[in-house]
This record gives sequence, structure tokens and C-alpha cells, in this order.
Amino acid sequence: MGKATIIPFGPQHPVLPEPLHLDLVVEDETVIDCIPQIGFVHRGLEKLVETRDYNQFIYVAERICGICAMGHSLGYAETVEELMGVEVPRRAEYLRVIWHELSRIHSHLLWLGLAADAFGFESMFMHCWRLRERVLDIFEKTTGGRVILSVVSVGGVVRDMDRATLTWICDVLDGIKSDYDAIVKTLLTDTSIKNRTVGVGAISREKAIELSMVGPFARASDVAYDVRMFGRGAYGDLADFQPIVDAQGDCYARVKVRCLEVVQSIEIIKELASKIPEGDIAVKVKGSPVAGAQASSVLEQPRGECYYYARGNGSKYLERMRMRTPTSQNLAGMTVALKGCDLADVNMIILTIDPCISCTER
Amino acid sequence: MGSFKLGGMTFGSLFKKPETLLYPAQVKTPYPHQKGHIANKVDECILCGMCARVCPCHCITVDKKAHTWEIDPFSCILCGSCVRSCPTTCLLMEPASTAVAARKHVIDLVVPDKKAASEA
Repeated sequence: MGKATIIPFGPQHPVLPEPLHLDLVVEDETVIDCIPQIGFVHRGLEKLVETRDYNQFIYVAERICGICAMGHSLGYAETVEELMGVEVPRRAEYLRVIWHELSRIHSHLLWLGLAADAFGFESMFMHCWRLRERVLDIFEKTTGGRVILSVVSVGGVVRDMDRATLTWICDVLDGIKSDYDAIVKTLLTDTSIKNRTVGVGAISREKAIELSMVGPFARASDVAYDVRMFGRGAYGDLADFQPIVDAQGDCYARVKVRCLEVVQSIEIIKELASKIPEGDIAVKVKGSPVAGAQASSVLEQPRGECYYYARGNGSKYLERMRMRTPTSQNLAGMTVALKGCDLADVNMIILTIDPCISCTER
Repeated sequence: MGSFKLGGMTFGSLFKKPETLLYPAQVKTPYPHQKGHIANKVDECILCGMCARVCPCHCITVDKKAHTWEIDPFSCILCGSCVRSCPTTCLLMEPASTAVAARKHVIDLVVPDKKAASEA
């Protein structure tokens, strides 16, 4: 065995879209330990809840992270609605889920493009982002924004979609699916990709549960946990929902789970678009949360379960708003997955975990 | 090997309409309800100040005495709260984006004094 050396990784690194620093303790070419360090993009957004009322804070919540923007505004709105005992119209719940699933598709396609780029697969990167652009186009047409949508409000949504728009969305998704199937087939059968991912950074089911891992990272280790299966909101009206799992727990399994989740999201959107009920899209919310009232909710973000907590103080300003994001849950799993891997595989392992540092630090 | 497998899709792209525009020579036509900038039809504005009250980034200033309505387009996050709260629907979300500028500035609009005009 050679002498242990510490190799710094990040916060600026080609595979990292966001700043994360890792001290990799390396012996020869093997990583024997990993010490993560975050704190480069902390903005103190939760503290802002004291200076913005509960209606205004929704726009702060959706700026926590660009990729999970829709999810954060939805999670925050659901928590405040629970805090104030507001019942959201059924149509609004359907529209929220349709936009949320679209944001999952755009998040996974973005990740797939970045992963392909890290493999050195430049053309696949271009194709993934080409398909993602069509999802952003749907957002632009239906909400007015591309990434920050500002479409959820406490009590419902602020924009409606007519039947023609819903049909157009389904047609665009059908177009995406035919190209996407070809990309995924290439990705999952390519020998060079399998050589770099199969058996790399494996985590067992027991370890995944012990480390409280969430999202596709946990589901790739055979943990069948997905908040959507609890049937909250419009998810309850789905004919069938089964979390996508894989038993291997390695990088290849994580790639596979995410790839299949895009297809699952397309099916969810098409099913909800065909079932969407007529009616109002929002209810008027009056008053303030009662002093000392508390509420919490969970939401399946593209990267996993996100937990929201809110406490009222009798005024329009909440006393406390707190969230536990999926990446903060998965950082412990990441350090375990990195232990024992080759130094050259560190990029692949981090990419397949898909950490979102903006969410983690807020 | 993967490059050859995706080759069909890439080759097919040669015969399809381009997915991108040659910006700035070609500019995308905005969708009708796209969020571009906030406009105020000052003739209908009653200077009630609801827009300034609901704005999450405090970018609107309403001065009832001076009869002015002011917006900082570079602080505005285009959430549309002001448009939804306007009782006279004089605020509009226009699809054209705020033009790039070398310096930040505020848009100061003078609202006609309807009371004075009717007295005159």
C-alpha cells in the first residue's frame, strides 16, 4: 500500500454544475475516504420568510434551485395550505402535477446530457438538451417562463390550460419519447458506458436504508420508496403507480432508474391530461396562519423526497420555514459510494448521484 | 460505438428543420402570454397602490401626491402578482422582454389627475 494523499476535488470541476468540495483521501489510485464540504452557495433563503408574507415567499422558495423550481414552489404551497386548512380545487392539483412531472423530465434530461458529456459522448449531450428544449418550450407556452415558472400560488395555480393545449403537450411528449427511446437504448446497451458504470460505486439495499438515502439513488439500490406512491393530490387518481427500482445499486442501475423515470413521467402526464376535471383553478386564501400552528409535507422532487415544515405566528409572516432536501440526505451515501473506488471513477459516481448543491445549502 | 448507434438520429437531423435560431439575426416570436415586462395603461390607473403592496421584490413605487407610478424593470421578477391584484386591470404582462441596457434605470410614469381634469 502506498502513502495516503489528499486530492482536492471541486468546488470548480468540469463534472460539477454546482460547487461541492471533496477531499479525496487516496492510496495509490484507490479512494479510501472522502470528506465533503459545502457552503459555497448558501444564501439564507429560509430566513427571508421573516421579511416576505406567505404569498410572497413562494417566489423565494422557487428560487432555491433552478432545476427543482416547480417542486419547491409546490412543496411550499402545499405546506402553507395544510397550515391554513385550505382545500385546493381538483383541477389545480392536476395542473400542478402535470407541471411538476414536466419539470422532472427536464431535470432528468439535463442530467442525462451532463452524464453523456462526462462520458465523452458529445452527440448524446446535444440530443438530450435538444429534447429538453421542447419541455422548456411547453413551460414557456403554458406558464410564460422557461425555468422559473411562478405558476403555483397558495390556494391553487395562476394559469389554466385548455383542452387544445393539453393535447399539444401530449403530442410534444410523444415526439420526445420516440427520440428518447433511441437515446436510452444507445446509452443502456453501449459497451463503453457499461464498462464505466457496471459494478462501480455500488451500495447495498441495507446500506441505503441505514444511510436514509432517497430518490433515484435509493431506488437503484432496491429501496421501493417514492413519495408519489402515497397518492397525494392528483397522484391518487393514477390507475397504477409503482416506483421504478433496480437491485444492483451501482452507477449503471442509477442511470437506468433515471432513464425509465422519464418514460414514467410522460405516461403520468398523458393519463392526467386525459382525466383532468373541469372547475376552478384556485380558491381565495384569506387570513393568516394561527400562532403556533405547524404543518409539514413531503414531495418527490426529481432527486428524491423533500420535506417541508412551516410554523405560523398569527401574522402574514411565517415564523419558521424549513426544508430538508434530497441531496442533503444523499451526501452520506455519496461518501460511502466513493470509498474503495478508483480515482478515475469519482466523476461517474458523483454524476450518477446527481447532487443539487443549491437545494442543499439554500 | 455509441456514436455509430446515434448516427442515424444525427444524420436524420440534416434533413429536418433546425431546432435552433440564428440569434440575433432571427428572433423567436414570443408566445401570447409569455412573461416579458409589466406595462401600465396609466389612463386607467387609480394609484391605489395594491401592486406595490403585493410585489415580493418591492420594485413598484406609487406616489399618490405626485401622481407617479414607478417600476424598476431590473428588480422585477415577473411573478405577475401586481397584474393579478390590480382592481382596474390597468397593469398588463406584455410578452416582449425588457431590452438589454448598459445602465439600470427605473420607468417613471405620470398618471393623469382625473379629478383635476374633470374640475377644469
